[in-house]
Amino acid sequence: MAQPDVHLPQRRAGVGFLKTARGDTWYIQPLLVLLGLGAFIVYSTWAAFVGVDYHCGVNGANYLSPFYSPLLFDAPGVEPSGHAWFGAWPSWWPAFIPASPALLILWAPGGFRFTCYYYRGAYYKSFWGAPPGCAVGGPHTKRYRGERRLPLILQNAHRYFLYLAIGFLFILAYDAFSAMWFVGEGGAKSFGIGIGTLVLVVNPILLGGYTLGCHSLRHLVGGKKDCISDNGAQKKAYDCVSCLNRGHMRWAWASLFWVGFTDLYVRLCASGVINDVRIF
Amino acid sequence: MGESRDVTFRVWRGDASGGALKDYTTGITTGMVVLDAVHQIQAESAPDLACRWNCKAGKCGSCSAEINGKPRLMCMTRMDEIDTSVPVTILPMQTFPLIRDLVTDVSWNYEVKKRIKKFRPRKPDNADGSWNMAQADVERVQEFRKCIECFLCQDVCHVLREHERHPEFSGPRHFIYTAQLEMHPLDTEDRLGQLKDEQNIGYCNITKCCTKVCPEHITITDNAIIPLKERVVDEFYDPMTRLFRIFKPGKK
Amino acid sequence: MAGESYKTHEHDVLVIGAGGAGLRAAIEASASGARVGLVCKSLLGKAHTVMAEGGVAAALGNVDDRDNWRVHFSDTMRGGQYLNNWRMAELHAQQAPDRVRELEAWGAVMDRTPKGKILQRNFGGHKYPRLAHVGDRTGLEMIRTLQDHGIHQGIEVFMEFTITALLKDGGRVVGAIGYDRERGRFHVWKAGAVVLATGGIGRAFKITSNSWEYTGDGHALAYHAGAELVDMEFVQFHPTGMVWPPSVRGILVTEGVRGEGGVLRNKDGKRFMFDDIPDLYKQQTADNEEEGWRYVTGDKNALRPPELLTRDHVARCIVREIKAGRGSPHGGVFLDIAWIKEKLPNAGEHIKKKLPSMYHQFKELAGVDITQEPMEVGPTTHYVMGGVKVDGDSQMSSVPGLFAAGEVAGGLHGANRLGGNSLSDLLVFGKLAGEHAAKYAKDNSPGHADAGQIEDAMHEALAPFERADGENPYDIQHDLQDMMQDQSGIVRNENDMAKAVDGLAGLRERASRARADGHREYNPGWHTALDLKNLLTCAEAVVRSALDRRESRGAHFREDYPGKDEAHGYHNSVTSRGPDGHMSVVRRDIPQIRDELKQIIEEMG
Repeated sequence: MAQPDVHLPQRRAGVGFLKTARGDTWYIQPLLVLLGLGAFIVYSTWAAFVGVDYHCGVNGANYLSPFYSPLLFDAPGVEPSGHAWFGAWPSWWPAFIPASPALLILWAPGGFRFTCYYYRGAYYKSFWGAPPGCAVGGPHTKRYRGERRLPLILQNAHRYFLYLAIGFLFILAYDAFSAMWFVGEGGAKSFGIGIGTLVLVVNPILLGGYTLGCHSLRHLVGGKKDCISDNGAQKKAYDCVSCLNRGHMRWAWASLFWVGFTDLYVRLCASGVINDVRIF
Repeated sequence: MGESRDVTFRVWRGDASGGALKDYTTGITTGMVVLDAVHQIQAESAPDLACRWNCKAGKCGSCSAEINGKPRLMCMTRMDEIDTSVPVTILPMQTFPLIRDLVTDVSWNYEVKKRIKKFRPRKPDNADGSWNMAQADVERVQEFRKCIECFLCQDVCHVLREHERHPEFSGPRHFIYTAQLEMHPLDTEDRLGQLKDEQNIGYCNITKCCTKVCPEHITITDNAIIPLKERVVDEFYDPMTRLFRIFKPGKK
Repeated sequence: MAGESYKTHEHDVLVIGAGGAGLRAAIEASASGARVGLVCKSLLGKAHTVMAEGGVAAALGNVDDRDNWRVHFSDTMRGGQYLNNWRMAELHAQQAPDRVRELEAWGAVMDRTPKGKILQRNFGGHKYPRLAHVGDRTGLEMIRTLQDHGIHQGIEVFMEFTITALLKDGGRVVGAIGYDRERGRFHVWKAGAVVLATGGIGRAFKITSNSWEYTGDGHALAYHAGAELVDMEFVQFHPTGMVWPPSVRGILVTEGVRGEGGVLRNKDGKRFMFDDIPDLYKQQTADNEEEGWRYVTGDKNALRPPELLTRDHVARCIVREIKAGRGSPHGGVFLDIAWIKEKLPNAGEHIKKKLPSMYHQFKELAGVDITQEPMEVGPTTHYVMGGVKVDGDSQMSSVPGLFAAGEVAGGLHGANRLGGNSLSDLLVFGKLAGEHAAKYAKDNSPGHADAGQIEDAMHEALAPFERADGENPYDIQHDLQDMMQDQSGIVRNENDMAKAVDGLAGLRERASRARADGHREYNPGWHTALDLKNLLTCAEAVVRSALDRRESRGAHFREDYPGKDEAHGYHNSVTSRGPDGHMSVVRRDIPQIRDELKQIIEEMG
C-alpha cells in the first residue's frame, strides 16, 4: 500500500473492490471474523447433521449437547437419552431429509444470531464486503438495498428470535442442572460434578450474557420510552441490559465459541475419544 | 521545544476538474498536530492551499479530512501517533463534492437536516415557561448533542461513500440528530414514518464505521441508530405491537 | 478590474456573523416578519461560540434562591469596575433568565438539579451559583439549539462569505459587500438594517484562545463606516490557557475547572492566590483552603476560594508567579483538579463527568491525564470588552441602521467581563438587536448605495492579486501578533505602547503591499491579506485607548500606573475615525446612573 488509491474528483472514491488509501492493517479484523464465523458454521452444520453422539451417558454422566437441546425426539438408532420431550423419532419423517434432532431446533438460536445487530454488521463486512472495511471499497455498487427490502428486511424479526432465545436459556440452564446428577449403580441418581458439568454450566452463563445484552431487549425493557427515571425497577433493568449491551460483541464471541466447544466436548466424551473426569 | 524533524506530506491539490497529490516537506516539533503541519505548509510554501478549519481544539468540526486513508479531524491527530517514516497522505473527504484541495462542499448535510421535523415540546410544566426533567433521562439525549457536525461519520458511511444514496439516505449524523429529537423527554413529534421512508434508516447495515470515526466518541450505532431501528420496527413491522395499538387507542 | 460582476441580494435585515448573537438576532428579526439574510465566515454552527465551555449566567435561582437579577446586576458592575453601560447591565441581568428558558423551549438540554430544574454552577465573580451549563460544552449546546431552531425560520444563510465593507446612503448604513470564500465571487446585500455580530479581535495577539475568525471584522467595518468604538483598551486575558505543547498554546482551559475545585499552585506547590486578594473582594473571599473547598461543593455559608476571583486579577497573579521564577517548566503555573481525590472517593469519574472536554483536550493534545496530574496553564487572549458603542436599549450604533450585538458590541462588561456573562450577552442583546433592527428596517424607506462604493470595495479586495512581488501576508500577521503580545498585552507601559504606535504605522505600510498568489477559490493567503486591515484597525484602537488610560483597572494593567485612579473612573474611551481619516480617542463621561440602580450596587456591597 505504498501509493494510496485516489479517485478524485469526488464521490467515486471508494468505488472499486478493496480500494482504499488506508495504509494500516484494516483487513485483519474482518478476516478474523470470516475465519471465526466460517469455522463455526462449518463445524456446527456438520455437528447438526450427524445426528449421533449428542448425549454422553458414559460413567453415569448426563451431558446433552446444546446443539440438540431441547431434544424433541431421540435420533433414530440412537440409545434413548432420557431428554427427548416426545420420545422416539417419528416414523413419518421423510427419508430424504436427514434424520437429526438438531435440525428441528437449531434454526431458533441460529436465527437469533443471524439477525443479531452485532453479527449483522460483522458478516455484512466479512462475507458480503459491504463494506470490507471502513473507508474501503466494496464489490457492489449499483444494487445496494441495505435492510430496506426483502430479503434483509426480515432482519427486523430479531425480537421474535430473542423471545425464543430467552426460552432456550432456561432449557440450557436445566441441562446444566441435569448434568450435576450422575446415575450410579442400580439407577440411583447422585449429585456430582465432572469437567463436563462445568462446561455445561458455563454455557448458559455466557449465552445469558449475550442474550440479555441484546439490542432488542434493551429496547423492550426501557429503550422504547423517553423517560424511565420515575420507574426504579425499569431504570435498573434498562441499565443492566445497557451494561451487557456495551460488551455485546465480546459476549457474542465468547458464547459462540463455548457453545461449539460444549458440543465438541460432549461429542468426544460420548464417542469415547476422551474420558470425562469426575471432580466431585 | 524539542527538535524539529522533516516530514513529508502528500497532500491532494486540485479542484472538481482534476488534480494530483503533491509532496511538501516541513519541520515537525513536539506536540504538533496534522493541522499545524498544514498551516506551516501554507505559510512556507503553499499560501493558496485550501483547508477549512476553525477552533483547532476539536470543538467545531471543521477540519475533517482523510489522513492516511482514515477519516479524522486534522486538529486532533497528533503527529507523534503517525508513522512519519513514509509520506503522510492527506486527502479531502471523499463522500462530498470537492471544492478545492482539502475543502469539500458539505452543504447537502444542511439541506437534509432542514427536512427533519423540528423539535416540538409539550406544554411547559411550570408557570415561568420551564420544564422539569430528570438528569437520568436527559443523559441519553446529551450524548447525541455532543455532535460537532464534522460529518466524518457521513464520510465513512459506505451507503453514502460508495453507494451514493445521498438523496434518499440521511446518514449517521442525521440519525443522531433524529434520535436526539425522538428521545427528547419533552418532544411530542413523531418522526418514525420519516425515518423509515424519507431518511431510509433501512439502508444502514450497522457496520459501525460511523461510531469508529466519531471524534466525540458518540456511540452512534448502538445508542442512536439501533434504538431508532427498533422503534421503527415497533411502529411498522412488528405485528404484535401493531395489534396492541388497536386495543390501546389514543396513544399517539 | 473593469467588468467585475457581483450578485445582489435584498433583505430587510442583514446579520453579519452566525455565532450566538448573530443567530439570536436573525431568529428574532425573522420572527417579527422581516426577511433576514445571515452571513458567516465559516459553516453554520462552527462559530466561536462553540468554544464557550463554562456556562451561561442567568439569575434563575435554581440552586441558590437568594439569587436574583439585582445580585447579577451588581456582580456585573463590580466585575466591570463600574465602567459598564449600566443600562445594558440592567437589561442583561433582567432578561437573561427568560432567554435561557427559551433555549429549552427550542430543544436545549441543560444539566439538571435533583428536582429536574436547570442546574447552575459557580464561576468567578458571581456571588451565587449562576451558570446554567451542559458539562463543559455549553457554547456548543447553545449554538446548536439556535441553529436547529433558526433553520426552520426561513432565514437565508450565506455560509463561508466574508464582508469587506458596509455600504452607506448618506449617513446611514444600507447594506454590505463581500465575497464568497469558496469561489471568490462578489456579492452585494441591500438591507434596511445591518446587525454586526462578528465577535472579537483575539487574532491580533500571538497567544489567544480565539479562532481564526476573530480578526475584528465587525469592529473595523463599523469604524470605517463612521461608528464609534468604546472601551477598546480592555482586552481580557483568560488566566488559564494551555501552554504546552507549543502548537496548542493558548487553547482555553475552562474556568469550570476551578469552579469544580481546581486550584492554582506554583512550582513550590503553594496556592499563591491566597497571597493577594483585592480589597473590593476581601469580604467575599475565603482565607483558607478548607472553606474554599466547602464553597465549591455547595456550602452556602462558605466564601469562595481566591481562584474564583475575577479573570483579570487571577491572570495577573499568574504572570507575577511566572516572572518571579516560580512558574512551571513550560512557562505557566499548575492548575490541579486531581487533588480532589483526597476529598472525593470517586474523583476520577467525577472529573470526567463534569469536565469531559477538558479531560479529552489534555489527554489527546498534551498527553496529560487531568484526573491524575496537574495541568500547566498560563494567560491567553480571550475576549475584548470594548466594541461598537451602542444604545443600551436598541443596540444601534452611532451610525443609523447599523446595530451590533455580542462581543463586537461594547459596554456591557466595562473593564472586565465575568465568565458566563458573554453567553447571556449574546442571547439578550442578540434578541434586542434583531428586534430593533427589524423595526428600524420597517420604519425607514430602503436606501440606496451608489455604484462607486461597490466598485471601490471590489477594487480594494482584489488589490493583493495585483502585487505579484508584494510581501507574504502571513509574515505581516505574525509580526503584528508578536508586537501586540509583547507591547500591548497583559502588562503594559507608556514606552512599549508608544513603540507599538510606531510599529503599527510600519505594519500598515507593509499591509498595503501584501500579496495574494494563485486563484480566488478558497485561498487562505488572500483571506489573510484582507484580514490585515481589520486586525490593524483593532490593534490601533487598543493601543491608542490603552495609552490614554493612565491607570490600572480591570483587564487593563499598566506597570507605570499600577493603581486605580478615581479620575479615570467616570469616563469611557471612545474611538472614532476623524475627518482627516486618522484615529482619534476621546474620553466621554459615563451618563449618570439611575438612583435605584445605584442603590442596588450600594446595598449589595
